[in-house]
Amino acid sequence: MMSSFQAKLESNTFVITAEVSPPKGIDCSDFLSISRSLAAMVDAINVTDNQGANMRISPLAAAALLVREGIEPIYQVTCRDRNRLALQSDLLGAAALGVTNILALTGDFISFGDHPQGKPVFDLDSVQLLNVIAGLNNGKDMNGHQLTGSTTFFCGAAASPDAEPLELTLIKIEKKAAAGAGFLQTQAIFDIPRLGRFREAVSHLPVKVIAGILVLKSAGMARYINKNIPGLTIPDHIIDELADAADPAAKGLEIACRFAKEAAPLCNGIHIMAMGREELIPQIIAALKP
Amino acid sequence: MIVSQQKPLDEILSELDGISRVFLIGCAKCATVCKAGGEEEVWQMQESLTAVGREITGSIVIDEVCHMLRTARDLRSRKEMVDEAEAIVVLACGAGVQSVSATTSKRTLAGLDTKFLGNIKRLGQFEQKCSLCGECLLSRTGGICPVTVCPKSLLNGPCGGMDNGRCEVDLESECAWKMIFDRLSDRGDAERIKKTVSAKDNSTRRQPGRLKLDK
Repeated sequence: MMSSFQAKLESNTFVITAEVSPPKGIDCSDFLSISRSLAAMVDAINVTDNQGANMRISPLAAAALLVREGIEPIYQVTCRDRNRLALQSDLLGAAALGVTNILALTGDFISFGDHPQGKPVFDLDSVQLLNVIAGLNNGKDMNGHQLTGSTTFFCGAAASPDAEPLELTLIKIEKKAAAGAGFLQTQAIFDIPRLGRFREAVSHLPVKVIAGILVLKSAGMARYINKNIPGLTIPDHIIDELADAADPAAKGLEIACRFAKEAAPLCNGIHIMAMGREELIPQIIAALKP
Repeated sequence: MIVSQQKPLDEILSELDGISRVFLIGCAKCATVCKAGGEEEVWQMQESLTAVGREITGSIVIDEVCHMLRTARDLRSRKEMVDEAEAIVVLACGAGVQSVSATTSKRTLAGLDTKFLGNIKRLGQFEQKCSLCGECLLSRTGGICPVTVCPKSLLNGPCGGMDNGRCEVDLESECAWKMIFDRLSDRGDAERIKKTVSAKDNSTRRQPGRLKLDK
């Protein structure tokens, strides 16, 4: 059965997704209450996979909890912690539990997180993972063995519109599209012309682009992200804007609203990363309304 | 060559707790080049252990400790000194330590940590470029190994952490895929990396590796 998120994207409906982190522990009450509060205004909720290589409850379990609540998750799967058996096994489990959307990722390197002594796996890369999922959708495991029933996953991939050299980034994105990625969720956008350039560069591919919007709280937080979160770069002029603001938290929201509004016409949707301030998401969505 | 580094003396001493007589072994090949287990380091180790009350019954620098037959032969030539010792401290790579432990019933201690198969960049500077994966891809990647040089061993291009051609894991380092891309572009061969590389066959690197040449 086609996911409702997929149906919306394929009918060119503008979508809104938001990221919610599964808890570090077993108490999922906050995770669920935030998700419930967002459910009515977003089209799907991204469930992160031990993001930043910080150990948390399994995204498979968290995604399944959302399904149970009638909320549509985008189950993020990284290649960092699981080999090809574990990835396929988890994906089959996710399908059986009603998870329909996957974001296939390489994963932040293990040295960034809270278990830097661990062994990074990377048995597959994100392109290979997408190919494996295409196989599962076709009723076969990656070695061609028949499965009892096929998955019906709608897959997406990550994209970094700012990453240089763009030509090299695009080669990988083309591979991801060829492997079946139907949507791209981008890293946080702080440069609209670059987003436009990226959008143009992928216009020949059958992928929908969902622009990442990051909600910042302060200049300090922005600097922390630049230092500690790979793939995320907040430009100096944004940091200055936060530093100069009388109320940096309000300024962060204003910046998020501004980029959401400017990115929206260039994209098929926006993806909000509120980083713990999910209560602000309705205001960002409201800013999109004409 | 195999890059190794001497363990901190405290760690060696804690393994030598209660042991007073020690025989020392160095290696004339890799460990010598790494300044971890050559003549000079064996001498310094002798000094350091003597200074904390250990008696050195003898020492030898073997030409390639990983060569099991040669190591056994060379140790037989020092039989008395070895017999007199309660433990043997080996300043060689892990392969060397095991050549020694296979030939003697004496307690065998590793004096070095074995790091990687490395290229010598310049004197005292080593870099890992090959991870002995058992199935070489270099012909397809411009002679730069993504299995080794990319910390994530990615086979289909850079990850989202690449920042201005730099690696997310170490901003001092250039992204392996940026290097591969540049090299192939210079040769007019960048099309090569547009082809999706399928998942690696890891059975080619199964441990323990064995190779027996046909006569």
